[in-house]
Amino acid sequence: MKTTLVAHVGAPGFGRTERRDVWWLEPLWAAVGLAIFVAYSTWAALVGNNFAFGPYQSPFYSPYFKPPWWPLSASIFVLWIPLGFRLSCYYYRKAYYRAYFLSPPACAVSEPKHEYTGETGVLLRWLPVVHRWFLYLSILILIWLWVDAIRAFDFDGSFGIGVGTLVMLLNVVLLTAFTLGCHALRSLVGGNVRCFSCAPLGNARYGAWRFVTRFTGMHPWMAWFSLYSVALCDLYIRLCAMGAITDLRIV
Amino acid sequence: MSTQAAPEDATSATTRYEGSVRDEALRAQARTGRTFTLRINRGEHGDSAGRWESYDVELAAGMVVLDAVLFVQAKHAPDLAVRWNCKAAKCGSCAAEVNGRPRLLCKTRLEDFNLAEPVLVQPMQTFVRIKDLVTDVSWNYRVNEKIIPFRARTDRPWKFYQRDVEKAQEMRQCIECFLCQDVCHVLRYSGEEKPAFFGPRFFVRAAGLDFHPMDAEDRVGQLRGEGGIGLCNITKCCTEVCPANIHITDDAIIPEKERAVDAFDDPFRGIFRRNGAPKP
Repeated sequence: MKTTLVAHVGAPGFGRTERRDVWWLEPLWAAVGLAIFVAYSTWAALVGNNFAFGPYQSPFYSPYFKPPWWPLSASIFVLWIPLGFRLSCYYYRKAYYRAYFLSPPACAVSEPKHEYTGETGVLLRWLPVVHRWFLYLSILILIWLWVDAIRAFDFDGSFGIGVGTLVMLLNVVLLTAFTLGCHALRSLVGGNVRCFSCAPLGNARYGAWRFVTRFTGMHPWMAWFSLYSVALCDLYIRLCAMGAITDLRIV
Repeated sequence: MSTQAAPEDATSATTRYEGSVRDEALRAQARTGRTFTLRINRGEHGDSAGRWESYDVELAAGMVVLDAVLFVQAKHAPDLAVRWNCKAAKCGSCAAEVNGRPRLLCKTRLEDFNLAEPVLVQPMQTFVRIKDLVTDVSWNYRVNEKIIPFRARTDRPWKFYQRDVEKAQEMRQCIECFLCQDVCHVLRYSGEEKPAFFGPRFFVRAAGLDFHPMDAEDRVGQLRGEGGIGLCNITKCCTEVCPANIHITDDAIIPEKERAVDAFDDPFRGIFRRNGAPKP
């Protein structure tokens, strides 16, 4: 096992910088944006009702699994997977290290002087390791959410499209774009190959690596879009189920 | 030094290129008639805080910060030290910080700033100052020497394709300006006491070798050990400042972190691993 590395980082005085732009805006909106999502999703996951309406199923409660003896919300059986995937994601790590750990708060802005172990500490060193496991599990969930999105076209046996159908479809498309940009996936499909023309299936892996690379470039954006599309998808179905809004049928 | 007003006729005071009518004409064309204040952090060897001095500079069309610094050197402060060579963002010599952001002085246009306020220029904060804007970056050369050198494979013919060197080629775009080392919060403000950490520039170099199809060595163990790649918390400031547009975090550091997980940390991967041999 590797020993923990320690560096002494930071400068006397937090936020020391000669930057003249509003450097605190980016970590601030990341902190607020993540907090709003966490607050809403925690409530929506624990409340345990209004998660389905007509052919629609909230992504917080899919796949739906609830043994009769389980006293709490069914979402707990599934939500740990996307939660773990996003907590260990390379982009989200950047976002929360900056926004919450202030390590660093922004580029060329000082953090307080402290002992720093980066991602070598007892806990954080496992993030890159577990990320790939959560990726494998998330792909299974994603397949299930595609099934849900296709089911959303099925209105009691007849084909139809409602606003909710489009909401669910958009959500699963954004989630797919987010998952395809995963750095662990990129490494898995071809990032770890040293010589494509020497490796077995080299051409296919080169193609896959190039394909995933395109999504890796937009990973930060997809992280935010898909985060909020999940919440808004749940909110839409919840409001329909509560009778607060009416789901419009397009077809 | 106090603020000096620019002379009314700029060309009479600046150094003329003898016989170059064309240069003179171009300079006249570029003149905007506007002046702005350049504040330069100056100091002698080892002075980390330094002192801020203001200079009036005549703005020329298309002027970059290096032009302004050279204007100050020519007209106000002949003892001002600044390191530069190519003035084309290829040599990496003029790395410094403009309005607090690590930049190449020659690639930073003054039009991008609000010139109603002074423009601040200071040396890189991670390295010890030699004089004014010049810092001692020799620590980087010592780190470089530690990296396991290229060793050619002998088990297959020296023949590979463009797709095989694509990853390595991106890493070869580096101009060694050390702005990434400067902005990295693990190294920043560390002065002479640098941690056991190679820094983004040398993760790039190691990745460039590790992704070379004809290299027989593997540096992942070295990076994880003395290279301290685990200290990097992928906050991407190195990528943000890179003037060569290398995706340092996405294409060098994260792939090496993933390779470290493959080689050392993932217990499931261990089942398929072939006695620690480098992958094809």
